[in-house]
Amino acid sequence: MHMFIFEWLNNQVLKMDWLNNLVNLLVENVFGLNTEERLGASIQFFIYDVVKIFILLSFLIFMISYIQSFFPPERTKKILGRFNGITGNILAALLGTVTPFCSCSSIPLFIGFTSAGLPIGTSFSFLISSPLVDLASVLLLASIFNWKIAIAYVLVGLVLAVVGGTIIGKLKLEKYVESFVFSNNMVEMEEEELTTKDRVHFAKEQVLDIIKKVWLYVLIGVGIGAAIHNYIPESFITAVLGADKWWSVLVATLVGVPMYADIFGTLPIAEALVAKGVGLGTVLSFMMGVTALSLPSLVMLSKVVKPKLLGVFFGIVTLGIILIGYSFNAFSYLFI
Amino acid sequence: MIIKVLGPGCKNCVTLAANTADALKELGMEAEIIKVTDYKEMAAYGIMSTPALVIDEKVVSYGKVLKSNDIVKILEK
Repeated sequence: MHMFIFEWLNNQVLKMDWLNNLVNLLVENVFGLNTEERLGASIQFFIYDVVKIFILLSFLIFMISYIQSFFPPERTKKILGRFNGITGNILAALLGTVTPFCSCSSIPLFIGFTSAGLPIGTSFSFLISSPLVDLASVLLLASIFNWKIAIAYVLVGLVLAVVGGTIIGKLKLEKYVESFVFSNNMVEMEEEELTTKDRVHFAKEQVLDIIKKVWLYVLIGVGIGAAIHNYIPESFITAVLGADKWWSVLVATLVGVPMYADIFGTLPIAEALVAKGVGLGTVLSFMMGVTALSLPSLVMLSKVVKPKLLGVFFGIVTLGIILIGYSFNAFSYLFI
Repeated sequence: MIIKVLGPGCKNCVTLAANTADALKELGMEAEIIKVTDYKEMAAYGIMSTPALVIDEKVVSYGKVLKSNDIVKILEK
């Protein structure tokens, strides 16, 4: 009985079957297009996916921002300051998923953590998990794929963050951080006491902010997804990225890494590719490449970290993504 | 009065600078708005999230893109 309710909730709230049917009716009766044919199917998919993503985005970002308002960077810094060693890395990776900030804040944050005395391994665990594992995109993953994949993605992302940060810490690369970062005079910013009204206001602002930032990526992503679903033949895709092609993970990672796009835009593309027979691992590698590493963020990091450390960071994360991709491809029968 | 907007140059800090200019215009106040994009300089103010607003060397806000009415209220104090 419980499974049945869960199934129903999953289908109606996350997958929005009701929306799918509604849009189907709209396209067939109002636009007069046959949804069994390519044009009709593409339009139906486009409208349904865009609306679904925006509804989910709004709800999720609101709820998550509300939770995140309890974890401002200042508090994260204080919490992390109390732990050493791998506990610090694990906590940093976990907190990276709930601490809110725009990616351009990642550098001031790194400087803040480091000058407060946090070991750089811990700060890097945070820097790796933050863009990679994000509560909203995890829920979107569950909606577009399924919960097993979403949870696996989170675990794997956290492991990558912990391992990556620990390795960087163990390699004793502190001397490759620009010295001004350490000698910084940290001003103890007072934590603002937020009322419930403040939190609701913050959450609402985050929703508007993020939608304004990502709407174009979502539209483009869904557009590409729709094209893949209906216009690009499966044979072409599997020839280039098929699960059995040993290079598929490498290609996906190398394409994703220099790109800067919001993860919400990559999800519909990922869904379409998997439907066409691309390996789950290949697709996850693409998504991780796009989110964890990007040319803009590397450029910013290069201002506080010397080339050798930057290279190590980049190398570890890329290698991790490739390994994860191959593992997921090998074990995908467990998930789909 | 010297106002500094701290941020690496992403849209948020550009918006904050624009909102600050609007607020000044609304109040009929004159002030120099300096965009600080160098991390070394930003770090000196001790902020951990951008964009941040600094008025006469005092950090009045960080991590938020203030709307011009919020900035007006701060300037009026």
